[in-house]
Amino acid sequence: MSFVRFENVNLAYSADGPLSIEDINLAVNEGEFISVVGPSGCGKSTLMKLISGLRPPTSGYVYVNGRQVSGPLGIVGMAFQAANLLPWRTTLQNVMLPMEIVEPYRSTRKAKLAEYEEMARAQIKRVGLAGYEDKFPWELSGGMQQRASICRALIHKPRLLMLDEPFGALDAFTREELWCMLRDLWQQQPFTVILVTHDLREAVFLADTVYVMSKRPGRILVRREIDLPRPRDIEVTYTDAFSAHVHVLREAIGRVRES
Amino acid sequence: MKLPPRLISRLSPWLLTLFVLTCWEAICQGFEIKPFLFPAPSLVWKVGVELAQPIMMHASHTFMTTLAGFAIAVIFGAVLGMVVGSSPIVYKALYPLLVGFNSIPKVAFVPVLVVWFGIGTVPAIITAFLISFFPVVVNVATGLSTLEPELEDVLRSLGASRLDILRKVGIPRSLPFFFASLKVAITLAFVGSVISETVASNLGIGYLMMSASSSMNMPLVFAGLIVIGAMGVITYELFAWLERRLTRWAHRGQSSAI
Repeated sequence: MSFVRFENVNLAYSADGPLSIEDINLAVNEGEFISVVGPSGCGKSTLMKLISGLRPPTSGYVYVNGRQVSGPLGIVGMAFQAANLLPWRTTLQNVMLPMEIVEPYRSTRKAKLAEYEEMARAQIKRVGLAGYEDKFPWELSGGMQQRASICRALIHKPRLLMLDEPFGALDAFTREELWCMLRDLWQQQPFTVILVTHDLREAVFLADTVYVMSKRPGRILVRREIDLPRPRDIEVTYTDAFSAHVHVLREAIGRVRES
Repeated sequence: MKLPPRLISRLSPWLLTLFVLTCWEAICQGFEIKPFLFPAPSLVWKVGVELAQPIMMHASHTFMTTLAGFAIAVIFGAVLGMVVGSSPIVYKALYPLLVGFNSIPKVAFVPVLVVWFGIGTVPAIITAFLISFFPVVVNVATGLSTLEPELEDVLRSLGASRLDILRKVGIPRSLPFFFASLKVAITLAFVGSVISETVASNLGIGYLMMSASSSMNMPLVFAGLIVIGAMGVITYELFAWLERRLTRWAHRGQSSAI
């Protein structure tokens, strides 16, 4: 039984408007790392809204954890291209935000505050922000803000992490650093990841499976398993096998853009 | 000797005020302008000191009236702003009405209030309230309705209710907008209470100026004007200080300059 499953899903944002995504069939196993690539405006972000229960599909079914999605789940963590940290909170307070909302943390927060704070500090350390717990977001660089944002997405131990172009606004070196950070987080503590991106190297380096979507209305055109051995080092991006994967995907995207 | 730029920046408002007063004095003396037309600041000061007691009495009455109207405006404005800002439907429905109402000169409304509440303090409080709640509503509503959609998605996907989002993000985020509006609102509240006092009251600085001008006591009128201005500046500074203290995160750019 797959952890996330789409069955013939269509979605139109208005009742008689054009379809944003069309006939999506998709299955993600628990613990799998998938990546969705495609031209901009192809409805990649729509997939995230469907999975997180922020929007119901116009037709078809979305299942997460064996149950049909009918509303926000709380077992999902999200991070976007903009870090969206709250400027009046320190890094630690920002990271603790989900614990003020998601059960069981919410109702036990007062009693176990010290324990949860310890959890948050440990997680902050794991994303490489040790020493910055009490800094405010504007005192952090773009890469550090994004680390904090991913840390916030993981603090309530979600079983599914959804990332919408999380490294899109970063420079190339910072981006590669954060790839490795995400890879390590995922290997230490198993969770399912859905990464939306338009960086093909990023998709191939991180994911087990890459899906290529068409122009709007978005459909899944190509599914490609990345069989590169794990753990993957950044060196792997210079191998022929890696380039071959990127090349094939690039060609698929090229066809999409021309059509 | 060269003064440090910090000191110059601190002194600049005082220096400019002093410069304006000097020019004013020079013009009045130089052209020998009649005091009942345009009194020199020295004369205004003299009259002000002579009549300090009645001026203070009327001024403190105006001050209390203004604060009462302002307090109602802040509470009403904050609540209405929250409702307007968190519901697009209410926003759409209410905005034309609010803008229309705000376009009415409040002085035209004072006679209506006099018919309803009689002459005196009550119409002045209400006028102060009516004129000053609008910026509070607009600013609080703006702060709430410009919430980043991604941030809202993050919270909603965690299962946050609308109230959660309002408490955790909406309200803290709109606080700088709210405090900015208080500075504007307090000065407007003075306008409102003084307008009402000039039209329909026998107490307050507006009334004092009205009766002084009917006896051609121009220096006293100017003393009244200056007292109102001073009260406005002091309360404005008070709220500006409060704003800086409570929402420092929104002012990090300027904090180094102050």
